[in-house]
Amino acid sequence: MTELVDVILGGTFHAAVLFLVAAGLQLVFGVQKIVNLACGSFYALGAYFGITAVGIAIKLGMPPVLFLPVLIVAGLAIGLVGLPIERVLRTIYRRDESYQLLITFGFLLMFQDVFRFLWGATPRTMDNVYLVYGTTNFLGVRVPTYNLLVIAASLAIAVGLGLFLERTKIGRIVRATAENRDMAEGLGVNASKIFALVFTVGCMLGTVGGALVVPSGAASLDMAVELVVESFAVVVIGGLGSMRGALVGALVVGLMRAAAISLVPELEMLSVYLVVVVVLIVRPAGLFGKATA
Amino acid sequence: MSNQSIDIAPEAVARRAAPRPNGLWALLGLIAVMAVMPWIASPYALLLMLPFIGYSIALLGFNLLFGTTGLLSFGHALFLGVGAYTAAVLTSKFGVLSFELLLITAALVSGLISLVVGALCVRYTRIFFGMLTLAFGMLFHSFLFKFYSVTGGDQGMRVLRPLLLGMEWRGGKTAFLTGPFYYYALILFALLGLAMWRITQSPFGLHLRAIRENAGKAAYVGVQIFRMRLAAFVISAIYGGIGGTILAVTTGLADPELAYWTHSGNLVFMAVLGGSGTFAGPAIGALVFVVLQDFVMSITQYWRFVMGAVLVLLVVFMPQGLSGTIEALANRRHGGR
Repeated sequence: MTELVDVILGGTFHAAVLFLVAAGLQLVFGVQKIVNLACGSFYALGAYFGITAVGIAIKLGMPPVLFLPVLIVAGLAIGLVGLPIERVLRTIYRRDESYQLLITFGFLLMFQDVFRFLWGATPRTMDNVYLVYGTTNFLGVRVPTYNLLVIAASLAIAVGLGLFLERTKIGRIVRATAENRDMAEGLGVNASKIFALVFTVGCMLGTVGGALVVPSGAASLDMAVELVVESFAVVVIGGLGSMRGALVGALVVGLMRAAAISLVPELEMLSVYLVVVVVLIVRPAGLFGKATA
Repeated sequence: MSNQSIDIAPEAVARRAAPRPNGLWALLGLIAVMAVMPWIASPYALLLMLPFIGYSIALLGFNLLFGTTGLLSFGHALFLGVGAYTAAVLTSKFGVLSFELLLITAALVSGLISLVVGALCVRYTRIFFGMLTLAFGMLFHSFLFKFYSVTGGDQGMRVLRPLLLGMEWRGGKTAFLTGPFYYYALILFALLGLAMWRITQSPFGLHLRAIRENAGKAAYVGVQIFRMRLAAFVISAIYGGIGGTILAVTTGLADPELAYWTHSGNLVFMAVLGGSGTFAGPAIGALVFVVLQDFVMSITQYWRFVMGAVLVLLVVFMPQGLSGTIEALANRRHGGR
């Protein structure tokens, strides 16, 4: 029983972070029709920058208890790197998607070395703040309270994003642009601005996700390319372009991985890809995707 | 009479529809230059040419899928991995050393795997196809990576020196690779290039191009879309397997990185660098990629940044790749426009 709770908690924590990155991927794909391979780089960027930001803040005399808000702010701030990148992507919106995949692949390669240059090749960890909130007893399992806070933060972001897209005026404009860019422009929408906004928000989701995950582990050069395939698994399972799909897909991948790690460690990632393949055979468009392929 | 209207439109159409016999000549010319290289180039340069041959063969197949059929696979390194591990398993576990047997087995194994993978993947096009192939590539990678007892995990597996044409070759590793093996691989490259040229010029190749241009119309005139795409996928996988075998013998090692998705990305990079719209383009791309990567790695440890920047600039400013740009320049000089 405790083992089960352990798996569920671990899986949900992982899923919470995965959801943020996948949501960024879905948002950008939904509006700009670009599959952003660099989403993993944004995640890693958030993680590295989070470590630096918290380090500086503590040096400036910040009480360690405040590190969670610092991380979120750091993630949001570094997410602004999406703006200049969107300027480059703007040149290829009307091109074939193979070029769009390739250009983001180019960014992924470049980021790899930016990390190596700025933060070095050895993995970086955050100093002793992970357990500053103590641990909580959850159905007989002791978990770091931080993990629960991250799950809550991720849920709050999910709800906030949903409200933003469904209820606000800008959200409606974003959805209209996603539906039909030319028509939206005909109605007076400045699509360039919407694209810049959407890409930056997508980027921020990735960087915040990375910043939130790093206290529990380490930031390393591998995390970018590894997360790309995981978030791809999430969007394929959930269905490309669907936010609900990202949520469900992230839970499936997160729980599946956690279960595999505790039962058959060899199957850690294999199990995830197997789920992807099965989903695609049974429901080709993903669980929440539109029925076109 | 109708001269005026002819002036405007047909040029673009004609350029697209006309076969490009110069594609094959470009490839054979490249191979001819490489055949005389052992007399002038250093062993180091020759060792660099071996991965180029491996990648070129894989890219000939890859481009049948990408350039001709219009399907972008982001998991094609899967078949490089299959070819490499076939060679590794056969040489170091079963003691099979005949290179011909290695090639045939690699081709068969990748063909069989691609039949299954392809049947699931080619129902999709565009980005969905890319993501699915990526998932399958990573499936294979994590199998290689995690099942330590079978595959050696991240250590990889050794590939022993094979026998060429049943003969054992004495001498050091470099002498073997830059001597007999170099020519063997080069001849194989030429033969596979000729075969691929026949394939692209055959009615089958025409079907594939028709599918790329407009799948709906192609189906309407009787093209069996699913079968044709699957056939293209299997052929490209066989080329990938053979290319992977050559790569593995060159390095003497089969490791999981061969099947990693960034390696697939490099394949796409090479194809677009050379120009996927032409027959010899991908091979030229492989050459430039291998040489450029080697050069950049020799001057800075931040070579990924340089390669990434090259890729970004390439996509933005030269989407037709090197060969496409040269072709456009040549057209302009011939008074085209």
